[in-house]
Amino acid sequence: MYSLNQRFDNRDIPEDELLTSGNVACAGCGASLSMRLALKGLGKPTVLAVPACCWTIIPGAWPLSIMDVPFFHCAFETTAATISGIKAAYRKRGMDDICVVGWAGDGGTFDIGIQALSGTAERNDDVLYVCYDNEAYMNTGIQRSGATPIGSWTTTTPVKNPKSEQKKDIDAIMIAHKIPYLATATAAYPHDMIAKFKKARSIKGMRFIHLFAACPTGWRMPENLSIKVMRLAVLSNIFPLYEVENGETYRQTVIPDEIMPIDEYMHLQGRFRHLTDEDVKEFQKMVDKRFGHLREDFEKKN
Amino acid sequence: MRKVLTGNVAVAYGAMLADVQVVPAYPITPQTTIIEELATMQAEGLVDLDYIRVESEHSAMAACIGASMGGARAFTATCGQGLFLMHEMLHYATGARTPVVLANVNRAAAAPWTIWSDQTDSVSQRETGWIQLYCEGNQEVLDTTIMAFKIAETLRLPAMIVLDAFFLSHTSEPIDIPDRETVRDFLPPFDPGDLWLDPNNPRTFGGITMSDAYMEFRWQIQRDMEKAKGVITEVHEEFAKVFGRKYHQVEAYRAEDADVVMVVSGTVASTGRDAIDLLREKGHQVGMIKLKTLRPFPREEIIAVLKGKKKVAIIDRNFSPGATGIWAQEIRSALYELPEGDRPLIYGYIAGLGGRDISVKIIEGIYQKTVKDDRPDDVDMWIGVNYV
Repeated sequence: MYSLNQRFDNRDIPEDELLTSGNVACAGCGASLSMRLALKGLGKPTVLAVPACCWTIIPGAWPLSIMDVPFFHCAFETTAATISGIKAAYRKRGMDDICVVGWAGDGGTFDIGIQALSGTAERNDDVLYVCYDNEAYMNTGIQRSGATPIGSWTTTTPVKNPKSEQKKDIDAIMIAHKIPYLATATAAYPHDMIAKFKKARSIKGMRFIHLFAACPTGWRMPENLSIKVMRLAVLSNIFPLYEVENGETYRQTVIPDEIMPIDEYMHLQGRFRHLTDEDVKEFQKMVDKRFGHLREDFEKKN
Repeated sequence: MRKVLTGNVAVAYGAMLADVQVVPAYPITPQTTIIEELATMQAEGLVDLDYIRVESEHSAMAACIGASMGGARAFTATCGQGLFLMHEMLHYATGARTPVVLANVNRAAAAPWTIWSDQTDSVSQRETGWIQLYCEGNQEVLDTTIMAFKIAETLRLPAMIVLDAFFLSHTSEPIDIPDRETVRDFLPPFDPGDLWLDPNNPRTFGGITMSDAYMEFRWQIQRDMEKAKGVITEVHEEFAKVFGRKYHQVEAYRAEDADVVMVVSGTVASTGRDAIDLLREKGHQVGMIKLKTLRPFPREEIIAVLKGKKKVAIIDRNFSPGATGIWAQEIRSALYELPEGDRPLIYGYIAGLGGRDISVKIIEGIYQKTVKDDRPDDVDMWIGVNYV
């Protein structure tokens, strides 16, 4: 059972750190914490390919790097194709045990990288693709992406003309590819997240993990709210945590003690500050509708 | 072994003999039969490769770069629009120092749609840092494919084999297929050294650089591209020693005592030799050079042949709108450093775009115009165009 202020026993979280201190992420960066926990779940041997995104910057500028696993900076739209190629090379060279991971932001996944991602998923290549979703082009300075929620302020959807389209349902798109494993996760529930990365590592074929990663800079909120906001997203069904095997077996992994209204989640973030009570109500309806569909899947397929 | 092969099948044989390990492939006319042949070879167990049926040429090159970073020998083929789509990744392959090999079947650019040959696709990649090796016949295509891997891996720069659409890709010729073991001796397996994603030696590749470092990375590419001229010559010589066929970055034909030298590339070289022979029979002091490499550009060798000639006529099966043909640009700039007395007049001609034939008669006509005109036109002369 999960609630907002719950404390976790962290003794069973792996102690190994596959990245060092000294990264250059913003304070409170959800993406930075996500990588740390993901690598704890994956362990070695793991190899990363990362396109243009905040994680281009976070490991440090050449010649510095915080990474203790091989890390290839690839072109923006090529994450999935790149890891397909890396995996093929390892397979040919008898190193099939290496877990090859693509690690991209929402812009690199929902938008510019979706073609290559769909190709890799359709081929069921033996790779793990992780999207850390902070709901806008944060590295370029908070521009709207296909992952930006409706109503949100960004620098390309200013307050007088906020985003008028709904967030693209990338999970439904990936589930439709019938890939062996898909999961949603967030660093605010670390045990759930690490378990999903461990599980992903043990599965052959295409795996996709969608991480909800708070961005205090882009969401216009104090950095000490990152964990709280990520938890609120889960507890209010904005970002339900679940996993899907082979595009058909759904399982909700984090079931909130009680479902919270979205109000607190919205009010903590400057990017939603201009929204009226009416707007928030509309948003709530949308969240309820979407979760309603998911609940049918959770119930039907179990 | 001797077989009758199209240029495209010759490419596939070259890649197979090179024991290529990863082939990300996407179909496009007139390249498609290359990747079809490789798929068949793999299915029949003739080559032990990992074939990735990617969803675009852009992903084909991205996957080649990934495979190369994983330490494998990677190859793909494309043409025209596919090469244009790859453009970003061609730069990336060079910057990442991945010795990927690509066969490009020269196809003209759309719109309007066309599948026929010209060099606009490959010359448009001139600044990407790829070694470009143009071929005249199918034997050269097969041999160059094998050599391209050796050249690329020696320098850790990507290399492109370039062959004319249909004139080579779909035309059959009898060619010698080298013995597999001999090729393996000539071209050992790819050794990535320590420049690959080695889990036992975790390193970060391609991370962000500041202006105090970036220029040095680029300078290394330039340094190695200059080195490439020597490496290509060495590989040509070694290939000749082992297989008995000699190739040149600049191949002169009856040019020594010529007053006028024609400059050609690709299949036009075969037609060109016939035209030169016919003109010579009529008593004209004319010769030819066939250019195999656009990058690195063989300045020194070109200067050595063209120094002191009266006139040079360059036939470009490509052009840069608002400027001139690409080979003409390159040669003008290379010859400018000659003292005035040694510097030939340079005549540029655009011909054969979109697959239009460049016949012996057309080459003779180009020669006649070059002889007749005291000075070249201000802009390249377009051959055989119905101005409308």
